[in-house]
Amino acid sequence: MPLFDQLFNFAHWLTKDREEAEDLVQETYAKALKGFSSFQLGTNFRAWMYRILRNTFLTSRTGLRATMTQPLEIENTETELAIDRDTPETILLERSSQELLQKAIQDLPLHYREILLLCEVQEMSYQEIAEALSIPIGTVMSRLSRARKSLRDSLRPQLQKG
Amino acid sequence: MVCDSWKAKLDTYLDGELPEEETRAFDVHVRSCLSCAGETLNRVQMKRAVQLAGKRFTPSSEFRQRIQRSIAAKPQRSPRLAWILAPAVLAIILVGALTSAYLGTARSRRDHVYSEIADLHVATLASSSPVDVISTDRHTVKPWFQGRIPFSFDLPELQNSGFSLLGGRVTYLDQTPGAQLIYQIRKHQISVFIFLENAPPGTLGQSFPATRKASFDMETWSQGGLRYFVIGDASAADISNLARLFKTSSS
Repeated sequence: MPLFDQLFNFAHWLTKDREEAEDLVQETYAKALKGFSSFQLGTNFRAWMYRILRNTFLTSRTGLRATMTQPLEIENTETELAIDRDTPETILLERSSQELLQKAIQDLPLHYREILLLCEVQEMSYQEIAEALSIPIGTVMSRLSRARKSLRDSLRPQLQKG
Repeated sequence: MVCDSWKAKLDTYLDGELPEEETRAFDVHVRSCLSCAGETLNRVQMKRAVQLAGKRFTPSSEFRQRIQRSIAAKPQRSPRLAWILAPAVLAIILVGALTSAYLGTARSRRDHVYSEIADLHVATLASSSPVDVISTDRHTVKPWFQGRIPFSFDLPELQNSGFSLLGGRVTYLDQTPGAQLIYQIRKHQISVFIFLENAPPGTLGQSFPATRKASFDMETWSQGGLRYFVIGDASAADISNLARLFKTSSS
């Protein structure tokens, strides 16, 4: 099962619960096997599997709750340009504050968390992410940019506290 | 101002999604710009940190085994197949316990072969390179198998049939090599498997009508010392039509 570990990791990040993640992965495999005829030969199998997992999650109780509480996306493409001496990145590296970073990722709104993980952890291309999330590539780029900015913003005050 | 425009594209650059020309231009720029170099380093560190932090959860071995078992579980025989087999079962009861045991074993083997064929078909379509020889020309695909499998076969003329040949690959059924041809009709992919007649284990009979297995329609028959299987998610009529084309070309 080549995608098993990655799907489970992603499912756990979405559900924030081990048992729910197991149920989600199990349902994903069941749906994939059952609906294999809908898979188009030549298209991306990994993106197809992630799409099934994500759609299954979004229709679950936890997923519905997460989508109902997520903030509206603001189409603000403003880029952060200020260069600080102590940036979140350098502090993270110095302190190896992995737990802090995991907490920050966990606290991101669902649509930021999922796109960040697909890009950074699953190392998907923008095209793959677009297929997995069923959104245009332009949206992938802008949402990813906002997700990164949101993560940096959330880390900055926490790191300063420590 | 030059740096501002670069920094706006910095993440895209680090994601490897910037066009080649811009990537080269940024490579040159970052070598001579301390500000952009520093910002690039920051973003790389953040990417690495997120990547490490993101690989956080691993499935338990119990869960892994549970999923493996559920995937490996053989599909249940469909009610339709049960109806087809019902007269045979009655006959078995009539001719005695010895015959019953014998046919029971044969049917189990046949189910085993059918499940294996369905698995091979699914695995092929899931593969990133489903065919080893990519061609719509049967005169290219057929010779490709020479020296790769221990037999030869004929491929049908497809003109005006609605089917198109996508290619082929060598496949194995119980450690025995055979040919797998992939055909397409509309958006459906169909596999045609060809093995030596004695290769698939179990008694399959001379031919067996189209049946349904794991949501796939399948037809199998024996002809000229070879065993053919046609399987796919297309309609039963399409499966039968492709099977008929093969039967005609091989007769």
